[in-house]
Amino acid sequence: MLAASSETLPAAQEDIARAKMTSRDLEVFYGDSRALKGISLDIFENEVTSLIGPSGCGKSTYLRSLNRMNDGILGCRVTGTVTLDDEDVYRDLDSVQLRARVGMVFQKPNPFPKSIYDNVAFGPRIHGIVERKDELDHIVTSSLKRAGLWDEVKDRLDSMGTGLSGGQQQRLCIARAIAISPEVILMDEPCSALDPIATATVEELIDELRANFTIIIVTHSMQQAARVSQRTAFFHLGEVVEFGPTEDLFTNPREKLTQGYITGRFG
Amino acid sequence: MIDPHIVKSFDEQLNKLHDMVLQMGELAERQFDQAIRALIERNADSSGLAVAAEAEVRALNTAVNEQVIRVLCLRGPVADDLRVVVTALKIAAALDRIADYSAGVARRALLLNEQSALPTVRAVKRMGALVHRLLKEVMQSYAHRDSALAHQVWTRDLEVDELYSGLFRELLTYMMEDPANITASSNLLFIAKNVERIGDHATNIGEMVYFLVTGHPMDGERPKNDTSSYATGLSH
Repeated sequence: MLAASSETLPAAQEDIARAKMTSRDLEVFYGDSRALKGISLDIFENEVTSLIGPSGCGKSTYLRSLNRMNDGILGCRVTGTVTLDDEDVYRDLDSVQLRARVGMVFQKPNPFPKSIYDNVAFGPRIHGIVERKDELDHIVTSSLKRAGLWDEVKDRLDSMGTGLSGGQQQRLCIARAIAISPEVILMDEPCSALDPIATATVEELIDELRANFTIIIVTHSMQQAARVSQRTAFFHLGEVVEFGPTEDLFTNPREKLTQGYITGRFG
Repeated sequence: MIDPHIVKSFDEQLNKLHDMVLQMGELAERQFDQAIRALIERNADSSGLAVAAEAEVRALNTAVNEQVIRVLCLRGPVADDLRVVVTALKIAAALDRIADYSAGVARRALLLNEQSALPTVRAVKRMGALVHRLLKEVMQSYAHRDSALAHQVWTRDLEVDELYSGLFRELLTYMMEDPANITASSNLLFIAKNVERIGDHATNIGEMVYFLVTGHPMDGERPKNDTSSYATGLSH
């Protein structure tokens, strides 16, 4: 039959899926302007959740509110709750502690102007995760391997991270993010500055990382959201219009607005 | 009314696909009518027309396949757009099979017409009229995205199956009565089977239209009442 199964996940997996992060009635204001209007979402553990929607819909604001990246913005105010493993992110955790558990990868690869080794070693050093050099070596090696970059850089760990290609830089940033063993990785359009080959490598990596991390990705590419994520939230004008299994959302969206957006009929 | 796509050429490509499938449907419908006329009116010209039409339908099927590949490749359609593309591909394939069966009816009609008419031809005429209506209505349901009509066609194939089963038993009786009837009766049996299969394809198209419109497969098992295999002791 033509119709896809109505469920992306097998029932057993659905049963054990656990909300790693949640938001309830989350509102973010920039001055008087309300960027998010009461967002309540569950982000499930060991899944990739993608946030899609037109520019200015609030998806990046939502992503940034999950690890309190909006704290530093003047005039920004957050109401509602965000939890990580049932702990209130804004009340029970300090932002440094939080960001060690919720890492971030940005749109434009932003390696430090340091060696490849030092880029990955930076987090473990400042968080005091290791004491001995061989422990640090092990973290750097394993992080680069998990980011799929090891084979390409193992002979030049002392070279500058900024000297790598765009796709390699982005994987270096992912290696840097996972070096401190976060539980959640936030990705803000991680492939928008990459060519199709580098994009495919990063997408493959995202799928592998899912086994150990919970990933939330903001993307403007519908196909990418469909390919890499298990759940998708469609944002529009600061609200979540639809949230559900990615397969359902892309094969048979419930809301007309979602359908209009994903099929390119958005007026 | 669904809003147009921001990219106009995408709409043009989808519309073209829709029109090609409709055109195939019209051709297949007319061809089926000609094939049945060839049998009922013992008309060799109608038979020739029906046989020739098969190539036209096949050419359109190839064009639909190419257009589907083009749209999938260039547009990466999702949601209802994806259903438009996938169902066009499947409906075109079903219409191609229908054209093949109709040509088979027309060819065998020529053979039958060389012999004296069998009284059972009347039952095939009834089957033909019924299947023609199913085909017409199912293509209407496609043209107007009418899931209710598609569902109705789906349930009505039962009547075709019943007629076929009755005809099957009747022809067996003829053949047993007089072996001289075997050649003509076998030809008519093949014709009736082709007509019955065309009815099945019409209901399949109904299922696809339903999926196209609603996004869900049609629930339940299609009512079937072809008991011809029981008459010979064969199991399904």
